Amino acid sequence: MPRLTRDRRHGVRFSLNGHPVSVEAEARLSLSDLLRHVVGATGTHVGCEHGVCGACTVEIDGAPARACLVLAGQVEGMSIRTVEGLEPEPGRLSVLQEAFRAHHGLQCGFCTPGILMTLDSLFRRRPDAGEDEIRDHLSGHLCRCTGYAPIMRAALAARDVLMREERHA
Amino acid sequence: MKPAPFDFLRAETLPEALDSLAEAGDEGRVIAGGQSFVPMLAMRLARPAVLVDIMGIAELRGLDRGRGALRVGAGVRQAELASWPDLAETLPLVAAALPYVGHVQTRSRGTVCGSLAHADPSAELPLCLIALGGEVHLRSRKGRRSISAQDFFLGMMATAVAPGEMIEAVSFPLKKKGEGYAFREIARRHGDYAVVACAAVATTTGVRLAVGGVADTPQMRPMPLPGSVDLDDALNDFAWALNSREDLHATARYRRELVRQLGRATIEEAVRCRD
Repeated sequence: MPRLTRDRRHGVRFSLNGHPVSVEAEARLSLSDLLRHVVGATGTHVGCEHGVCGACTVEIDGAPARACLVLAGQVEGMSIRTVEGLEPEPGRLSVLQEAFRAHHGLQCGFCTPGILMTLDSLFRRRPDAGEDEIRDHLSGHLCRCTGYAPIMRAALAARDVLMREERHA
Repeated sequence: MKPAPFDFLRAETLPEALDSLAEAGDEGRVIAGGQSFVPMLAMRLARPAVLVDIMGIAELRGLDRGRGALRVGAGVRQAELASWPDLAETLPLVAAALPYVGHVQTRSRGTVCGSLAHADPSAELPLCLIALGGEVHLRSRKGRRSISAQDFFLGMMATAVAPGEMIEAVSFPLKKKGEGYAFREIARRHGDYAVVACAAVATTTGVRLAVGGVADTPQMRPMPLPGSVDLDDALNDFAWALNSREDLHATARYRRELVRQLGRATIEEAVRCRD
């Protein structure tokens, strides 16, 4: 049985945006801090650090989850996707990101990476997600700038483009 | 907001987990999905010396339907139970309550048994377990014991789980013919802890109402049927008996009024749903 003692760092291996990662971390470190401070992937933002605000949302094994509520000790073997994994190629925005730009789905941008990961995960599983379902997924995120209306518009616009692409694929 | 240091043990078998918990005693805690417990660690409300991760134990990951109940292993995530195809048919109350448990982003990792172990007074799953008369199955190196929902929740975030012991599974009694179930909740925002949550079970002979979010643990009482002139008085008595407290979410009076109003609506819906 692996025993990660408190007095030192331990090896953690996982997949990040499709690439294998092997780092050393204390078991008590949160996944959000692991990503930002150990891996250097600062796209994932950290707000409340106790699972309320949703800013740190990433996709873990195919489902959106709060990175601040996962301990480094639990990360071994996980498949994690973050906002850095959304761009189809360097310097190009994904359909979802482009919709957020076009519909002013962000102002300060602090909550945006988390919201993008929740919506990306939703649309991958359910490209035809309805307005209620999108709203229910967004309820796990706090945004203090937009009032959510432009985020809804961006989400619906992205869904429509993605659905059209799916139909013509 | 960083947890105090601990040893983190990734148990691969149940005996390994039980041995580790026995050795750690008071200082040991189980971690499963961590969606309630990691915030407790981060705020240092909990400072265990040893954390035993049970999610790698295959035998805890199962849903097992039999003998009139669904047995949910300690490693079953809330999202897994929510997507179980027979849920709406066999456990309509749990199916109705699960969407109110946290958010999509926490149900993806949080476990059913973890929510019971956390025992927040406002939590939906403890309320359902009380309303249905379920059982919690505990395990330690010394053996097994099963405990009724009524005896499991001892107080606010306090349960009958002893040091060295862990929840192995929970049993939710399945829907019986002729019964109806309803769940309702009022919260400031969807996904927040309930200000008041109600679960009602209408049987062929009567109806019972369980209320969460008011007393330290979910409470249940038999209630008169909606047609009865006694229902208003019974709801009022129940509302006062719960010793409602004021906090930053709601006044005591508002909570009492919710027990009366939401309680009646929940009972009426459960009676309507009887088949």
